[in-house]
Amino acid sequence: MSDFGVVIFHTTSAALRAEKAALAAGLKVKLIPTPRQFSSDCGMSLRFDWEFEAAVREALERTGADWSAIQRLA
Amino acid sequence: MIYLDNAATSWPKPPEVAQAMTDFLQRAGGNPGRSGHTLSIEAGRTIYAVREQVATLFNAADPMRVLFTLNGTHALNLALRGLLRPGDRVVASAMEHNAVMRPLRQLEREGVSLEVAPCRRDGTLELGALERAVSPGTRLVVMLHASNVTGTIMPVAEAAAIAHRAGALFLLDAAQSAGALPLDMQALGVDLLAFTGHKSLLGPPGTGGLVLGAGVDVSELEPLYRGGTGSRSESEQQPSDLPDKYESGTPNGVGIAGLGAALDWIARRGLAAIRAHEEALTETLIDGLRALPGVSMHGTGDARMSTAVVSFAHESLTVSEIGLRLDEEHGILTRVGLHCAPAAHRTIGTFPSGTVRLAPGPFTTRDDVEAAVRSIAAVLRP
Repeated sequence: MSDFGVVIFHTTSAALRAEKAALAAGLKVKLIPTPRQFSSDCGMSLRFDWEFEAAVREALERTGADWSAIQRLA
Repeated sequence: MIYLDNAATSWPKPPEVAQAMTDFLQRAGGNPGRSGHTLSIEAGRTIYAVREQVATLFNAADPMRVLFTLNGTHALNLALRGLLRPGDRVVASAMEHNAVMRPLRQLEREGVSLEVAPCRRDGTLELGALERAVSPGTRLVVMLHASNVTGTIMPVAEAAAIAHRAGALFLLDAAQSAGALPLDMQALGVDLLAFTGHKSLLGPPGTGGLVLGAGVDVSELEPLYRGGTGSRSESEQQPSDLPDKYESGTPNGVGIAGLGAALDWIARRGLAAIRAHEEALTETLIDGLRALPGVSMHGTGDARMSTAVVSFAHESLTVSEIGLRLDEEHGILTRVGLHCAPAAHRTIGTFPSGTVRLAPGPFTTRDDVEAAVRSIAAVLRP
C-alpha cells in the first residue's frame, strides 16, 4: 500500500524548481497533475513518499523554493 | 560571403542551437505547465532550466524573476508601459534605439514626462548631464548598455547610482551587450534588464526577456497582457505569482530551448574569450578604415570602449551605395542607414544620411575583417 504526499505550488516554475531541489537532495519524487481534491487548478504537484516528508520540507526550505501546501494523499 | 551584421542578428548560430530546437519539437512537444503529463513536464523542465541559465549569466538573484518575452522590444515595452503612469518622470540617454524611444514618445503623449540626457558626439554619456536630468521624484532611468550605432559602452554602474540617489529605478537595454560583455546585474545596480536572445546570445529570433532585480516591487509592474498561465485556473483574475503574471499564453518553448543551447555554448567558450576575440576584430576594422581617405569614423575609435560595432561614412559616396556595392561586388553583408536609432544618429551628427555599420561576431575571423577592409578600400577608391 503506497503512502504518498504531494507538494502543491502556485506556478509550474516553482514546481520545476522544487523537483530539481528534491532530486539534488537524493529524494525520490515525481511531478504529477495536482490531485483534484487539493485544487481546481490544472497545475502540477510534486509527489513523494510520505515517510520522507521532513526531508522534502528541508530540501525545499534550503533552496528557497516557494510552495503553497504539503498534503498527505489519502 | 562575409557576414558583418551581427548587431542586427548573429549568424551563424552554434549548430547546437538548431539541434536543441529540433529535439524540443520531436521529444518535448507538450505545452509546458498546462497538462502535467510526461511531455508537458519535459517542455516545462527545458524552459525552467533556461530560466536558471539566464539568471546565472546576469547574476540575477532569483530565476523566477526571469520573464521570457518574444524579443528585446517586447521586454522594454513591458518594463516601460508596466512601470510608467501619467505624471511620472522618466530619463533616457540621447543614444537610445527606437525600441525605447517609440514607447517613450507614446507614453509622453499619455502624460508621462520624458527628459533626454545629452551625449557627446562619440556616443559617450556625460554623467554630469545625466545627474542634472535626473531630479528627485524621477521614476525611471533607462539606458542602453552599448549603442547599436557606434558600439559605445555606457557607464552603467555610475548611471544606475545616479538613478538610485534620486529614488528612481534603473532599466538597462542590453540588446547589444548580453552575450558580448560581462553583465552582473547586482554589481552594476541594474533593477530591470531587457535582453534579446538572437543577437550576441546566439539564440534564435523570438526569444528575449526582462529580468527583475530584488528592488522591483512587482505589484507596481503591470503586465502587458493577460490570459492563461496553467496556474490558479479557478480564478478569472490574473495571478500575481512570478513568472506567470507576465507570461500568459503558450511560450516559445522551441526558441527557448535553442537559447538554452546557445547559452551553454557561450558558457563553454567563455565571455572573456568571446570579448577578447571581438575586441581584436573591432580594432583591426577601426585601424584599417581610419587609414582610408575620405572616411569619417563614428564612435570612440577605441575597441576597448566599444562592442563589436564600427560605423563609418564617406565624404562623397552615400551609405546605401557603399552597402550595395559591398554586397554585390564583394559578398560583404553590412547594415547601412539609421539602424532604427534616429536619436543616436542625431547625437553623432549623421542624421539623416546614416552610416555603414560593420558588426563582426564570434564566428568572424581575422581574415574576414582584413578582407572587408580591402573591399571597402576598393569600393571607396575614386
